Amino acid sequence: MKDLFYRTWALIIKELQTLLNDPQGRRILILPVLLQLLLFPFAVTLDVKNNTIAVLNQDSGSVSTELMQRFSQAEAFTHFIELHNEAEMRRTIENQNALVVVYFPSNFSRQFKSGRPAPLQVILDGRRSNSGQIVFGYIQEMVQQYTDEQNTAAGRPPLSQLIVRHWFNPNLDYKYFILPSLVAIITTISALVVTALSVAREREHGTFDQLLVSPLTPEMIMIGKAVPAQIVGAVQATIILTAAIFVYRIPFEGSLILLYTGMFFYTLSLVGFGLLISSLCSTQQQAFLGVFCFMMPGTLLSGYTSPIDNMPGWLQALTWLNPLRHYIIIVKSIFLKDASAGFVWLNILPLIAIAALTLTLAIWIFRRRIG
Amino acid sequence: MNEFFASISWHRLKALCYKETLQILRDPSSNIIAFILPVVMLFIFGYAINLDSNAIKVGLLMEDTSPEARQFADSLFGSKYMRICSSPNRRDLEQRLTNGRIRGFIIVPQDFSEKLQRPGSIAPIQVVTDGAEPNIARFVENYARGAWLHWQMQRALARGENASPRIDLQPRFWFNPSAESRNYLIPGSITIIMTVIGALLTSLVVAREWERGTMEALLATPITRAELLLSKLIPYYGLGIISLLICVAIAVFVLGVPFRGSIFMLLVVSTFFLLSTLGLGLFLSTTIRNQFNAAQAALNAAFLPALMLSGFIYEIRSMPLPIRLLTRLMPVSYFVTALQTLFQAGDLWGILIPNTLFLVLASAFFLFLTARATRRRLD
Repeated sequence: MKDLFYRTWALIIKELQTLLNDPQGRRILILPVLLQLLLFPFAVTLDVKNNTIAVLNQDSGSVSTELMQRFSQAEAFTHFIELHNEAEMRRTIENQNALVVVYFPSNFSRQFKSGRPAPLQVILDGRRSNSGQIVFGYIQEMVQQYTDEQNTAAGRPPLSQLIVRHWFNPNLDYKYFILPSLVAIITTISALVVTALSVAREREHGTFDQLLVSPLTPEMIMIGKAVPAQIVGAVQATIILTAAIFVYRIPFEGSLILLYTGMFFYTLSLVGFGLLISSLCSTQQQAFLGVFCFMMPGTLLSGYTSPIDNMPGWLQALTWLNPLRHYIIIVKSIFLKDASAGFVWLNILPLIAIAALTLTLAIWIFRRRIG
Repeated sequence: MNEFFASISWHRLKALCYKETLQILRDPSSNIIAFILPVVMLFIFGYAINLDSNAIKVGLLMEDTSPEARQFADSLFGSKYMRICSSPNRRDLEQRLTNGRIRGFIIVPQDFSEKLQRPGSIAPIQVVTDGAEPNIARFVENYARGAWLHWQMQRALARGENASPRIDLQPRFWFNPSAESRNYLIPGSITIIMTVIGALLTSLVVAREWERGTMEALLATPITRAELLLSKLIPYYGLGIISLLICVAIAVFVLGVPFRGSIFMLLVVSTFFLLSTLGLGLFLSTTIRNQFNAAQAALNAAFLPALMLSGFIYEIRSMPLPIRLLTRLMPVSYFVTALQTLFQAGDLWGILIPNTLFLVLASAFFLFLTARATRRRLD
């Protein structure tokens, strides 16, 4: 028994050495993490900021002037273009010089003051309809605030008021969403590549045969490949976590122990997929493609690029097989919502099932191929 | 440079391209990348990425059950974008929001109708959203506001109070009237697929020759640098264009995304984009010379930036200035703009000309880098 442990330990050390002794390899494990950590939190946002609003004003009254002023001072718009005719309006939207054009028709102010509904056209670029919808929300809010003020001044205060609170992220800052997700996403690549490609590399170089004739059993070889990948994953995740808390100042509400427990099972399920891929492949190129074939749907079906709630039902069912989906839920809810242990374990269970399934399958295929 | 091209023997180049093509066709994994992967990816992108939150689960707590309050609730149930589920108490709603079962809840407080009747007081409605999903939270806010405005208008009409001034906002989404995010996300995802095929395949080809030692054999022949480079470029270019056409066909005929531009411009834009990504992949492969590391570098240099920094989902204009400048250096961001315009709006020269010009520059840049890095020596 002690012997078994010692042999596996030796293999783990050897694997870590191959991984870390090559300076190019070391750089590739750490540099992209740092670079992504620097870029993505700023880049990944569905917010609308720094945008351009254009106004075509054919009205000469005070209402449109006042509204124009307010639009140009809104946080979402740093640039303001005044247009003079409809041809200009067409060109502005077509060439994406502005995300939105607000069009005041000629008798806008008069109609507003006379109490009839004053039509205000808001033209948005459909090539960016999500931003368009968000900007339309902003405009709706500004216009409504203006009408409320006018009505209050005229002795007709608003009857009702909408009080909106955003829990866990009061300013709807995208960084609160992205950094916890990055803990899961960035870790995935290395953990998978390290397991899947290291077996394929040994195969290509012929050293896998040497491993097989050693007293190591396939299970021990697998543990030897799994542990270094889990260590790499945990180190990368820790770097991201530290930066999220101390550099980006995202409040960490939950329990670190739960987070790392989740991480253990998450990296285990990744290793399962990595070994499964490598058991099916004989070259590094194939293994790499296998990793990619997992990584791509893994990222897209994780709730990170777009919410799982918006997917069709059959696809939502499929996301249960995706370890990323479960781990992102775990990290986000521990990070932002101080999730209870019960809730976290409920999400760890599928990870355990995935790991058990992929690891068993991988060992079975290994044994068949060498048998 | 002249010397570089003058050294090409067409006969040798043809033979090399033939060899490379055979190698692609015989390797099942290359076939999978070129023909099956794009189709699978496009379907996943087409169904998985959707920013239109159209059936958000929102909880409702009615502390006040007067007719006035129920009228407001009716306007919520009338919204086709929210699926309202009633709840008996606040505790339950908070629990469900924390566990992600609902994305927001709305509370009509006890004294709602009382305050509505009493002149001078304002009847509040509370809306709480799950800020851990910021985009959905915004939609919840907007839909709740829409329903609330609708209720106020209905109420005023019913009471014959039409005197209070109103502004009737009329949104118009040009090129995409129903504001479906799929219509711009699917063209965007084609650019990601092209990046993957271009950079990932080529990132392995030169490194593989070095690793297997076949590069030495190749260098022992009279092959020139230009021939070596072109022989790696031409077959993969062909492969890329075929996958592009497959993707566009699926996007238009299966996923139903309108394509309003011309095939000619599609080919022009894609050619220059492919040359630049193939160039990037070859450059990484040539300088790294190790498949394991080149593959990771390509994944990090091509796939993730394409997903995050290309403007395909996340709008470039909303990013801070240094990152905006960085995205301007990435060919994929120009390709995204060009393809979105080609699909949704047609051949708009104001968009297509500057973007194509940049892609020409980028491909020249990466191919030049690769040519410089390509050595005819072993060390």
